[in-house]
Amino acid sequence: MAVSNNGKSKIIVGMASCGIAAGAQEVFDSLAKHIAEMKLDVELTKTGCIGACYREPLIEIKTAQIPSVIYGDMTVKRVKQLLEQHLVNGQIISEWAVVGEGIQTSEQDLFENQRRIVLRNAGEINPENIHDYVERDGYKAIQKVLKDFKAEDVIAEIKNSGIRGRGGAGFSTGLKWQFARQSESNEKYIICNGDEGDPGAFMDRSIMEGDPHSVLEGMLIAGYAIGAQQGIIYVRAEYPLAVHRLEIAIQQARERGFLGKKILGSKFSFNIILKLGAGAFVCGEETALIASVEGKRGMPRLRPPFPAVRGLWDKPTNINNVETYANIPWIILKGAKEFASLGTEKSKGTKVFALAGKIKRGGMVEVPMGMSLRDVIYKIGGGIKDDKEFKAVQLGGPSGGCVPESLLDTPVDYDSLTKTGAIMGSGGMVVMDDRTCMVDVSKFFLKFTQEESCGKCTFCRIGTKRMLEILERITEGKGQPEDIEKLESLAEYIKQGSLCGLGQTAPNPVLTTIQYFREEYEAHIHQKKCPAKSCRELIEYRVIPDNCTGCMLCARVCPVDAISGAKKEIHYIDPEICTHCGACYDACKFDAIDILTGVLEDEAKTA
Amino acid sequence: MEASPVENLDTFDKRPLLKILKKYAKKKGILIPLLQETQKIYGYLPRLALVQISEATNTDISQVYGVATFYAQFRLAPVGKHLIRVCHGTACHVSGATRITEVCEEEFDIKDGETSKDLKFTLESVACLGCCSLAPVMTVDDNTYGRLTDREVRKVVEKLKK
Repeated sequence: MAVSNNGKSKIIVGMASCGIAAGAQEVFDSLAKHIAEMKLDVELTKTGCIGACYREPLIEIKTAQIPSVIYGDMTVKRVKQLLEQHLVNGQIISEWAVVGEGIQTSEQDLFENQRRIVLRNAGEINPENIHDYVERDGYKAIQKVLKDFKAEDVIAEIKNSGIRGRGGAGFSTGLKWQFARQSESNEKYIICNGDEGDPGAFMDRSIMEGDPHSVLEGMLIAGYAIGAQQGIIYVRAEYPLAVHRLEIAIQQARERGFLGKKILGSKFSFNIILKLGAGAFVCGEETALIASVEGKRGMPRLRPPFPAVRGLWDKPTNINNVETYANIPWIILKGAKEFASLGTEKSKGTKVFALAGKIKRGGMVEVPMGMSLRDVIYKIGGGIKDDKEFKAVQLGGPSGGCVPESLLDTPVDYDSLTKTGAIMGSGGMVVMDDRTCMVDVSKFFLKFTQEESCGKCTFCRIGTKRMLEILERITEGKGQPEDIEKLESLAEYIKQGSLCGLGQTAPNPVLTTIQYFREEYEAHIHQKKCPAKSCRELIEYRVIPDNCTGCMLCARVCPVDAISGAKKEIHYIDPEICTHCGACYDACKFDAIDILTGVLEDEAKTA
Repeated sequence: MEASPVENLDTFDKRPLLKILKKYAKKKGILIPLLQETQKIYGYLPRLALVQISEATNTDISQVYGVATFYAQFRLAPVGKHLIRVCHGTACHVSGATRITEVCEEEFDIKDGETSKDLKFTLESVACLGCCSLAPVMTVDDNTYGRLTDREVRKVVEKLKK
């Protein structure tokens, strides 16, 4: 964390998609304007995701006197005061600071418990400038490989590091490379899977936006190892900024001679092109992805033959995900031993997680494998938003599951997480509190997989539809006594009767919630109650007379005019008109709206 | 997917399409990028364009149509001047995305997935925009809005309607 080379002060604005969404561009423009007006001698630059997404927009200031302070929740209004106080007067505004060297903030532990390998350059470099990457040992790994390594040496090194695929399944990367190497062909391909489709996951987007060259370099090394000359990055079309920055990175790498013919004077030639996905979750599966690159409907096929033997255009192909490639240069430079010293016996290195949902500090974090879920959520994530009660953490998206409080001490590694019924997945971690209904969550994921099923396998196509119908009727209060057993048996059929990971894992969210939150399903089915007070058909909103001040705010926001009552009179919600949207509940400032569940049942009993 | 409206052969301007066809048509595996480029030109995939692509690339029209209907990105009907996409990823879902879509439906007076009659607005749900820490999120054209509430959404809509 040094000031720029010439000793000049530096201001770095975090400008990944979420930063920009939170207003980073306006902050950047305002900084530029004020710096010019105040004639300050400071370098203004941008970077990717700094990681503390919950405090976006973020900026970091480095001066000769104060090495580094990261400020959060930056607004245009704060810019002038910040420049005057921090840069001109040399005073830190600690109330605005997230973390800083030499100061104490309540969030200081955010980065302290992390170990950053993949995110080594996150927040440190301008992703649109290859110079910044090169300065931080960028493209040194490929130079080392070209100079000192035979292809077999690279594969041995990657195998020794113990790294497993970060896309979800966790297959040994070194072995995968070895298989592709052993397949004889004069034409081979390297594919980077950037089709990050799990809802609630944004690690790969952040890496591609924040450190695109690390991905390119990882692919180069893989290309050298298996004997490929062509690389393809398959990126989700919903990630325009990632596409833009990868395009710039590829262009700059070509100009510098890191891509193209006879790289750095060696015999090795390699090129990378981008392919934009067109919106199909199933394309995250490798054979479906290959079909999509070939211009077909993205439908998976039977394996074997694996892509390492017969992949793109029937040629041997190696596919890894974004995070896996981003690890590779570090492993080559620091050595397999150093990498393998991190993590657990069977899961080496670190893992990047996207923390989201009902968590205080949502963002991008990277931790050594083996850290407990509890530590990730509480020590790094700061615990549950508004200090509500933790209910579950969802891992692995639509292929994963919900882990309850009783299993929070599970270490983050492939095998331990699989034992809980969830999976490591690509790294989405969505935290849920007591207002999240677990039946609704499983319905949410099933709706997703049902829509995204490519339709090839009958069990996946029709089975998920039937499961979804059952979940829908349960959440509508029309569940039948045998529904849980029906869900379980359908789940088993779908798992066994599906060709690819999408179908094989689609029932996981339902199975884990039945396993850990069965009583919630039963309450819906037998008592027509939603304990989380979330399922609309099972709840009712009522005014609490003692708290109502008659301010009319709720009546104004009600979209269907279900609320009556004049000013300073206690209001009344007409249950016949109310659609249970919750607008009044969110609007009320006096806690005068109550949510009841199972009312009709209870009233019927007492009547 | 809904059928494309009948297009008029006389008014369909195929010149920009022919240009890209000339550039790409003979390359292998080019169908998806071609459809993406075509959609960039017309805002959707007109039926006549699909026929042109089929002929130029020597691909069965059934295959072109099959690919066009497989991927969520492609549309067979015109899209509104402004595209409003509400994120329904996991984080947004647990933070109230359903409500955000409802407010949009009320404000634009269209249902999710529909385009307003004056062709000004199209409302869609998307699986995940990847801005999970700002949930709930929506995008209007190229702008992203996060940490939304009923009121915030109405503010955005008001600005848009002006």
